[in-house]
Amino acid sequence: MSIDKPLRLGTTPSQTVGPYLHMGLDWLNTTELAGPAVAGERIVIQGRLLDADRAPMPDGVIEIWQANSQGRYAHPDDHRALPLDTGFTGFGRTPTCAHGEFRFSTIKPGRVPATNGQLQAPHIMVNVFARGLLRQAVTRIYFPEDDHASDPVMARVPVNRRMTLIAQAVAGQPGVLEWNVLLGGEQNETVFFDV
Amino acid sequence: MSALHPYRRPAPGEQPDYLSPAYASTAKRSPSQPLIVLPHSLSEMTGPVFGHERVKPGDADLTRQHTGEPLGERIIVAGRVLDEDGKPVRHTLVELWQANAAGRYQHKNDQHDAPLDANFTGTGRTMTDEQGNYRFITIRPGAYPWRNHPNAWRPAHIHFSLFGHAFATRLVTQMYFPGDPLLALDPIYNSVPDEKARQRMISQFDLHLTEPEHALGFRFDIVLRGRDATPMEQ
Repeated sequence: MSIDKPLRLGTTPSQTVGPYLHMGLDWLNTTELAGPAVAGERIVIQGRLLDADRAPMPDGVIEIWQANSQGRYAHPDDHRALPLDTGFTGFGRTPTCAHGEFRFSTIKPGRVPATNGQLQAPHIMVNVFARGLLRQAVTRIYFPEDDHASDPVMARVPVNRRMTLIAQAVAGQPGVLEWNVLLGGEQNETVFFDV
Repeated sequence: MSALHPYRRPAPGEQPDYLSPAYASTAKRSPSQPLIVLPHSLSEMTGPVFGHERVKPGDADLTRQHTGEPLGERIIVAGRVLDEDGKPVRHTLVELWQANAAGRYQHKNDQHDAPLDANFTGTGRTMTDEQGNYRFITIRPGAYPWRNHPNAWRPAHIHFSLFGHAFATRLVTQMYFPGDPLLALDPIYNSVPDEKARQRMISQFDLHLTEPEHALGFRFDIVLRGRDATPMEQ
């Protein structure tokens, strides 16, 4: 072994949040992400968290992370000269309800660059936690009206599975989108990412 | 334009697989299709930022949240949050929850036949300091039964939730106690294939953290993903 080998600590392993996650996590629940002063197109994202048998999961937590309407993240590593919205952190968290439902009210994010510098289609990052999940399931929410063909992340997803990442407009409810998480079950199972 | 370094991928066996047959609940709650590898763009390399104003100083002392003192063995749980290069993860949120000394959670779904403690909620949070240090005062949690298999008992543990500085560093884990005979039998602990990685979830008794006449100290350092050497041009 080389003596100048740099120190490399191993990461701490992930473990499930277990069934009593509400105790530790509910204090930071945030389902209304954008106050009245925040710029952007108002949207509601609602859906259900379902297991491989399509049974609702009433004991999960969904967290989201997104850019503002200009595509700027409220984070010190986003150095781009784009405006930030005071009071908009881009973070949301909600436990799922009795029938696995969750709901966020936010604004549609702007486009952010991919690793090659090209712009990605607008998207929201999602972490799913629950009893039975030894580490969080990671996915994304895309929007139905956008061009996904040129999105470099969508390009990695098999064509027949892409629709699981795209929220659908709810008829008769402007601004309301439905997006469900199917955790397993192969048929229409949500696409999950290795981040 | 600045260059951002993407986060390193975990070593094989260091993190649990989603499907872990000995932990029965994973059967219906794990992706069955292959994961899609996501290169780290700004979306993955940024993450929520929480200021110190979010937590109150008393939030880290679980023994002083009620009028009386909770029952059980008072302990100090402290350590550092580091990245894989040993650099401190500064000013990051740490959330914690746990059972009481009898092995009962203050949660409506916990029906274990063990007493609740009116002086113990079992919830805390704090921010790491400039050196990545955090410190909680709490009660040593009890083991408790669960229905995963006949005569199944969870080893005593404390749940931790951390954000780090990016979406990619989000970590929820459990801290265990040294010398617990239940660890060898626990499907959740043993879901991590690599033995050395598993042992990183076990806290260490620490006489320096121990306060005379007051509480035993347990050190639990938490290592979040570090950055790759090769930068990505933004």
